[in-house]
Amino acid sequence: MIKKLVANVQQAVDGVQDGMTLMLGGFGLCGIPENAIAELVRLEVSDITCISNNAGVDDFGLGLLLQKKQIRKMISSYVGENDEFERQMLSGELDVELTPQGTLAEKCRAAKAGFPAFYTPAGYGTEVAEGKETREFNGKMYVLENAYKADFAFVKAWKGDEAGNLIFKGTARNFNPCMCGAAKITVAEVEELVPAGTLDPNQIHVPGIFVKRIFQGKNYEKRIEQRTVRKKD
Amino acid sequence: MLDKNGIAKRIAKEVQDGFYVNLGIGIPTLVANFVQEDISVEFQSENGVLGMGPFPFEGEEDADIINAGKQTITTLKGASFFDSATSFAMIRGQHVDLTILGAMEVSENGDIANWKIPGKMVKGMGGAMDLVASAENIIVAMMHTNRAGASKLLKKCSLPLTGVGCVKKIVTNLAVLEIVPDGFKLLERAPGVSVEDIKKATEGTLLIEGEIPEMNL
Repeated sequence: MIKKLVANVQQAVDGVQDGMTLMLGGFGLCGIPENAIAELVRLEVSDITCISNNAGVDDFGLGLLLQKKQIRKMISSYVGENDEFERQMLSGELDVELTPQGTLAEKCRAAKAGFPAFYTPAGYGTEVAEGKETREFNGKMYVLENAYKADFAFVKAWKGDEAGNLIFKGTARNFNPCMCGAAKITVAEVEELVPAGTLDPNQIHVPGIFVKRIFQGKNYEKRIEQRTVRKKD
Repeated sequence: MLDKNGIAKRIAKEVQDGFYVNLGIGIPTLVANFVQEDISVEFQSENGVLGMGPFPFEGEEDADIINAGKQTITTLKGASFFDSATSFAMIRGQHVDLTILGAMEVSENGDIANWKIPGKMVKGMGGAMDLVASAENIIVAMMHTNRAGASKLLKKCSLPLTGVGCVKKIVTNLAVLEIVPDGFKLLERAPGVSVEDIKKATEGTLLIEGEIPEMNL
């Protein structure tokens, strides 16, 4: 077994520098790497490019990095729910690249799987396709999209073992598996770290080969963005 | 004239047995409440769930189980979770049978705009561009006119596009329309709405052939 375990979040983010490109898993606030984000805030790394489906809310998730103006560029599909983000974008402090959600996922997956680029129908005929190569296949038009290049990918899983194998829970899976192995260094934080041999190999969602460092996360808040419930009759 | 629930109720009639359906945020979400109980349908949410159920009971909500609107949800028997690339493989690969989404504008050739108002609202397209570029069967759920009273069914969209030539059917508070090569073909009127009312509220080319029936809700 190749050990991927590191002792804490400090060791997990070792090597992150100003100006780097970071991938961060999560959809809204669901499945975000809370511990890594907190550590990036503490380290005050700046001028970073973040690839993440959303930008958090004002006081949680990537919103914490935005508050401290640590992000230079944000690559996302949807950035509502964040006033500070909107302010920085409209004032020109923050560079924003909006990408269709499926394209964003595939640009991560392509990087992980060794594809330099791929054709997708998403965005054809819209401003997303401006300046990009387009091509017809079987009578339909497609846009060429490049794989991402990133220095670090920070993901969060439900369970993981010392070998870096990961299992996710519910819709907290989202972009996390796509980002594993898509950057030079993938760092996974888990709610529950178990000894190797504990997880059933049949049930692994991400094999440890895609993970460089794994650590036991702490104090998960797991904030709910839109608490919607119904009353029992 | 229909309210939002009325629009959802009419669209629910388009949902057939055995369909996998993706519902957008807003009126489309309401469609799930009106699908016939004697048919089997699975709702997909692009953040990674198939077999979406109703909202959880108070106290049973789980931060790890949400829909694409970031609302807490439940799952039904036979549900599954998956990653975002797999989710959009279902969408791009046309495994999802029906997509229902909202729009700010639709043009008579089937273009749709629903993600950006330059200088005003820039929230992003989310999964909308992937959905409209791939789905074979797209129904737009929206009000016929905007808050200022201007038509949302246009000759040409004025806002940045989400997709081109992709919308097939539109259900509004006034009518059901189909996009055909020459424009918006009027199929049905909402209860109490005249063909004249629909004409007035439609900027794009409206095709009226014969008697237009009232919707059967």
